Amino acid sequence: MSAQITEVDVPSAGDTAGIGQAVRDYFARVRGGDIGSLPAVLGLVALVILFGVLEGGTFLSIFNFANLINQSAAIIVLAMGLVFVLLLGEIDLSAGFAAGTAAAVLAVVLTNMGMAWPIALLAALLTGVVIGLVIGLLVARLGIPSFVVTLAMFLALQGAMLLIIGEGGTIPIRDDAILVVMNGNMPVILGWVLAVVIVGGFAIINLLAINRRRKAGLAAESMSVWAAKVIALGVLVVVATYLLNQERQLATANVVIQGVPWVVVVILGLLVVLTFILQRTGFGRHIYAVGGNREAARRAGINVKGLMITCFIFCSTLAAVAGVLLASRDNSVSPTTGGAQTLLFAVGAAVIGGTSLFGGRGKVRDAVIGGLVIAVIANGLPLITQQSGIQFVVTGLVLLVAASVDAISRRRASATGR
Amino acid sequence: MANDTPLLSLRGINKSFGPVHVLQNVDLDVRAGRVTALVGDNGAGKSTLIKAIAGIHPFDSGQVTFEGKPVTIHGPKQANDLGIEVVYQDLALCDNLDVVHNMFLGREVKSGVTLNETTMEKRAGETLSGLSVRTLKSLRQQVSSLSGGQRQTVAIARAVLWNSKLVILDEPTAALGVAQTEQVLNLVRRLADNGLGVILISHNMNDVQAVADDIACLYLGQMAAQVEKDQVSSQQVVELITTGRSGDIGMQDNSMGGAA
Repeated sequence: MSAQITEVDVPSAGDTAGIGQAVRDYFARVRGGDIGSLPAVLGLVALVILFGVLEGGTFLSIFNFANLINQSAAIIVLAMGLVFVLLLGEIDLSAGFAAGTAAAVLAVVLTNMGMAWPIALLAALLTGVVIGLVIGLLVARLGIPSFVVTLAMFLALQGAMLLIIGEGGTIPIRDDAILVVMNGNMPVILGWVLAVVIVGGFAIINLLAINRRRKAGLAAESMSVWAAKVIALGVLVVVATYLLNQERQLATANVVIQGVPWVVVVILGLLVVLTFILQRTGFGRHIYAVGGNREAARRAGINVKGLMITCFIFCSTLAAVAGVLLASRDNSVSPTTGGAQTLLFAVGAAVIGGTSLFGGRGKVRDAVIGGLVIAVIANGLPLITQQSGIQFVVTGLVLLVAASVDAISRRRASATGR
Repeated sequence: MANDTPLLSLRGINKSFGPVHVLQNVDLDVRAGRVTALVGDNGAGKSTLIKAIAGIHPFDSGQVTFEGKPVTIHGPKQANDLGIEVVYQDLALCDNLDVVHNMFLGREVKSGVTLNETTMEKRAGETLSGLSVRTLKSLRQQVSSLSGGQRQTVAIARAVLWNSKLVILDEPTAALGVAQTEQVLNLVRRLADNGLGVILISHNMNDVQAVADDIACLYLGQMAAQVEKDQVSSQQVVELITTGRSGDIGMQDNSMGGAA
């Protein structure tokens, strides 16, 4: 259909004029209420500077940087799952204990039954699928509000966990394959390979997209904007890889600890796959449609109920992945795994990252950015003050600020007609 | 134009909801390239008639002919397959999606599992320029940033994207200002000029006078009259809507089965 459009006809006039224009467009969108991850990124930078200035030494140490990744991993994965449910305008309060239950199943199959780790992992993931299916069926088919269903599941799963773990109280995990996820690091050279793959992949995928749009005669991002993005990501990735590849063993012990933690691969993999699903497939598009206007989606022939069930399955299954990470990090599973503030931190992470509680707005990367914000607070504050009360208050305030930004940007969006 | 076959032809349509006989022996002809205004007071049966044509709920009895062939419309999907599209009053757009995504909602073009954004954007652009729409700044802006008239435009463009033959518009100008009403009416006119059959539901006599070729008037579930616009004055149309008759046009007595 583009037969008459020759190469000569493809003008760069249709392209956005350059970096200046791209920046202006972006701020026009932000002013119009399409605020995205901007507050979270600014907040993250501000918090790092604040803790760095207030505390100095330990917070900014390379050891702590790696530690931060470990602390945020489970929350990030849990938040990724919650994004799917939040996009629909629903909530899953049971995700924390879904993680705990899956971890308990993993521990029982692995340690008590002595089976191989792939079987245990599969059993844990399957647990997540089943939990999600039950929640999804109750919400979509019976029409019970997700708040109530998942509140009930929150209680029930807590009990299920106790029953699965049994009288012992804590089940240790000794399988190396599971433990290495949260405790192992990549060889230095592999870390650099990963860095090159990330930046190169980002550059190539975006270049192909620009090319495709040019060929079709549509306005495309200019090359200068593309280059700026690639360079910015490149600097970020190279600095992070360099820092993680430094020896970070604290004094005395003569063991070498260096390299990018393996869990980074898990998180990046999920980020890429889930972003692809949400942004590039019909299924993902329909999730946004249902979150934006359920009736319109239904009339457009979208299977709203099936979609909702699938989203709850995604959420609980990702929670199961988070449960495996928790088990790996603690070397054991106890009745408190996935309990306490785990879920609230994960919901907080998604919302702080820019996912709307009202549905229809949010991205998988929000979970990563928001999860890092939460982890920075949880990690930095104890270094400044010993009072754990302050930590809860501050985390609560940050969540309130994020929810306010969400609500205000929504009001703004309707006021400016955006 | 009276001698070619109508695009859509209804004969002796009946529809009841329980004891309420909403549509009684309704006849209607819609011709390609013409705008047929469907008028009538609240409760006259306009919405019921439209929803049945769109396949939302089927007729109880009566004969439906589309492009000269008898058809029965069981569901919205089948209506779409025939080339019938409805633009509802509430438009059914997703605010959080952009213009292209809304136009292809539920019927996305894919290559493999991925959405083919370039093809969709191109086709959306072609459809909009085919309708001489120049009011949209960018096809990639979110629908929430559009004015009422622009939203209506997107909803109408979505309806014609699928090689549709009959477009049904439910009160498209109800919530619009003067300038935007003008824009939308021009668009409705262009649909017909492009060869589509158009059914326009409206309460606004100015709109009807401005854009309609034929006027079909429902009165208490019966078709009081279907006439060419030039044969009647606004005053007569209002009389048809309120009393079912105007001079020698419309229902001549209160018996069943009014005829044109």
